[in-house]
Amino acid sequence: MSTHVFKPDLPPPTLSVGVLGWLRANLFSNGFNTALTVLAVYLIWLMVPPVIQWAVLDANWSGTTREDCTADGACWVFIQNRLQQFMYGFYPLSQRWRVDLTVLAAVLGAVPIFVRAMPRRWIYAIGYLLVYPWLAFWLLHGGLGLQIVETSQWGGLMLTLVIAVVGIAGAMPLGILLALGRRSHMPAIRVICVTFIEFWRGVPLITVLFMSSVMLPLFLPEQISIDKLLRALIAVTLFEAAYIAEVVRGGLQAIPKGQYEAAGALGLGYWRMMGLVILPQALKLVIPGIVNTFIALFKDTSLVIIIGLFDLFNSIHQATVDPAWLGFATEGYVFAAAVYWIFCFGMSRYSMRLERRLHTGHKR
Amino acid sequence: MKLLKTTLASAIAVAAFGLSTQASAGTTLDTVTKKGFVQCGVSDGLPGFSYTDARGAYLGIDVDVCRAVAAAVFGDASKVRFTPLTAKERFTALQSGEVDILSRNTTWTSSRDAGMGLSFAGVTYYDGQGFLVNKKLGVKSAKELDGAAVCIQAGTTTELNLSDYFRANGMKYTPITYDKSDESAKALEAGRCDVLTSDQSQLYAQRIKLAVPDDYVVLPEVISKEPLGPVVRRGDDEWFAIVRWALFAQVNAEELGVTSANVEDLAKTSKNPDVRRLLGAEGEYGKDLRVPKDWAVKIIKQVGNYGEMFERNVGQGSELKIARGLNALWSKGGLQYAPPVR
Repeated sequence: MSTHVFKPDLPPPTLSVGVLGWLRANLFSNGFNTALTVLAVYLIWLMVPPVIQWAVLDANWSGTTREDCTADGACWVFIQNRLQQFMYGFYPLSQRWRVDLTVLAAVLGAVPIFVRAMPRRWIYAIGYLLVYPWLAFWLLHGGLGLQIVETSQWGGLMLTLVIAVVGIAGAMPLGILLALGRRSHMPAIRVICVTFIEFWRGVPLITVLFMSSVMLPLFLPEQISIDKLLRALIAVTLFEAAYIAEVVRGGLQAIPKGQYEAAGALGLGYWRMMGLVILPQALKLVIPGIVNTFIALFKDTSLVIIIGLFDLFNSIHQATVDPAWLGFATEGYVFAAAVYWIFCFGMSRYSMRLERRLHTGHKR
Repeated sequence: MKLLKTTLASAIAVAAFGLSTQASAGTTLDTVTKKGFVQCGVSDGLPGFSYTDARGAYLGIDVDVCRAVAAAVFGDASKVRFTPLTAKERFTALQSGEVDILSRNTTWTSSRDAGMGLSFAGVTYYDGQGFLVNKKLGVKSAKELDGAAVCIQAGTTTELNLSDYFRANGMKYTPITYDKSDESAKALEAGRCDVLTSDQSQLYAQRIKLAVPDDYVVLPEVISKEPLGPVVRRGDDEWFAIVRWALFAQVNAEELGVTSANVEDLAKTSKNPDVRRLLGAEGEYGKDLRVPKDWAVKIIKQVGNYGEMFERNVGQGSELKIARGLNALWSKGGLQYAPPVR
């Protein structure tokens, strides 16, 4: 008795697997897609080689003055020459270690918060959030044995980070409170929160900054002047808090009523219900929205150029008007774009990681 | 209203950080002497007028005006702090007392002088709108620009001056307006327009941005008057006089041949009574201004005379290479003239 032996499977046609198959399925599946692909390749071919030629192949990398930029491409000498200023602004040379130390302290101090094995992480995190701002302020501004560095000397990437971090750290708690207040059953609180949110969402940030720097000094008596940076920080924080509030409210509305009732049935009061049951779920849901707001905030910090603060962007703009380096604005702005992109992309990647890690409750 | 203001003020005073108290009583000079430095409002970046070098030091002709005042008051030109101001906030900053002097390429006009509670202390730079053209066009005068495409750097009065000038001369033109100076320079280079118009001092800066600056030339015509100078708050004549005479001292010094190199020798050895009076060897002219006797020596030594200041920042000693033109001394065909010290 002979048994039937199946013939071995034929390999799939070469046109449907491997690189070719992928190309066929994704890029050339029909006439329209083929046309789009060809167009895209043509555009890339049109744009990318000249950019690489300009930015890398023909670029000038070493030297000290504009005379060293002899090749046709980008003059990165300009960036090198000014890099210190782009990073620290006018912060005194001998004191710049303090800025480095502030950043280092922020990073090292934050590490234990992300070590999941550490016991009582929450207590440490709260302590860090309470202590670090004072430490950073002391290091950057001085006093108590350190030379005082006026905020007018702060600048560059350091100032951008100060505005962004203070804005984020201040807007987050304020925004959550506003979101809760807007959903409160107490009319007075609700009205106050709604008014606040709608007011700050209704005006452009540039107007707020402008008012704070041009109008506010006129209203105040002559002997009182509020630090320019402080004005900007308050403006940015209040402005972003209104946006965060609306993002968080979106999360709160997504939580089923049953969750509130269940928490109430367990005998939890308002703050414990919010803190232990509702907010952890709501915030997790709106991570993309919150990060979106923060990325927008980070980029919005460049608006302080209109009130004469020398953040990263304004420092670069400032360098382009030095007669010794006139005409290298393109290099400056490309550099600015690269730095902003690195930070924003970093934030976006971190938020994706956070989402994956916290993606528990609604995973099916 | 007053109560509201006081309440607001005290409420804000509670927040300790960031508040600095400026002495409300007394004159600007007393305030400045007490705090130990001159607070000077400058531009947020204008080639040759105020900009920062790689070390973060402020440079430029507007910057030097403030340094000269500091030299007169303190005998030390470095006792000055700079506040970069945008065009829109500059007057508020001066009016609210945030700065003591506004030295920010500000044009002296009747509305600003009479209508805003400000006083212009003098003219550091006689500017005016001009034209930058490619040499290939073979144009020698703005009168030959009939039918030209003109790149305009958007400004409040640039367009108006241009249309007035062309209408007055019966010529036609096509305006192409740009927001940023970098864009208009690129447009001129690419041949989008035949001529670029802006304030003359800026045209020289624009020219550096071009690939081959020597192919372009600034035409001799100036079609508007833009006298730029330092501004102070009105009503403080003492401070006004110091700022005004700090500038006059520099102009006088150039006229008398006093430079930063020879000023200290001349103060001791000069026989010329004008020089002796200027440098404090004779008379008590510093006392009238409430500044030290050797105030002019300190200015010239540390900042230079007007000519030195001009050449270093915008003239032959700088990248801009602007000719003296209207800013030459009156004795050399320009407009810079200072009353004598006596």
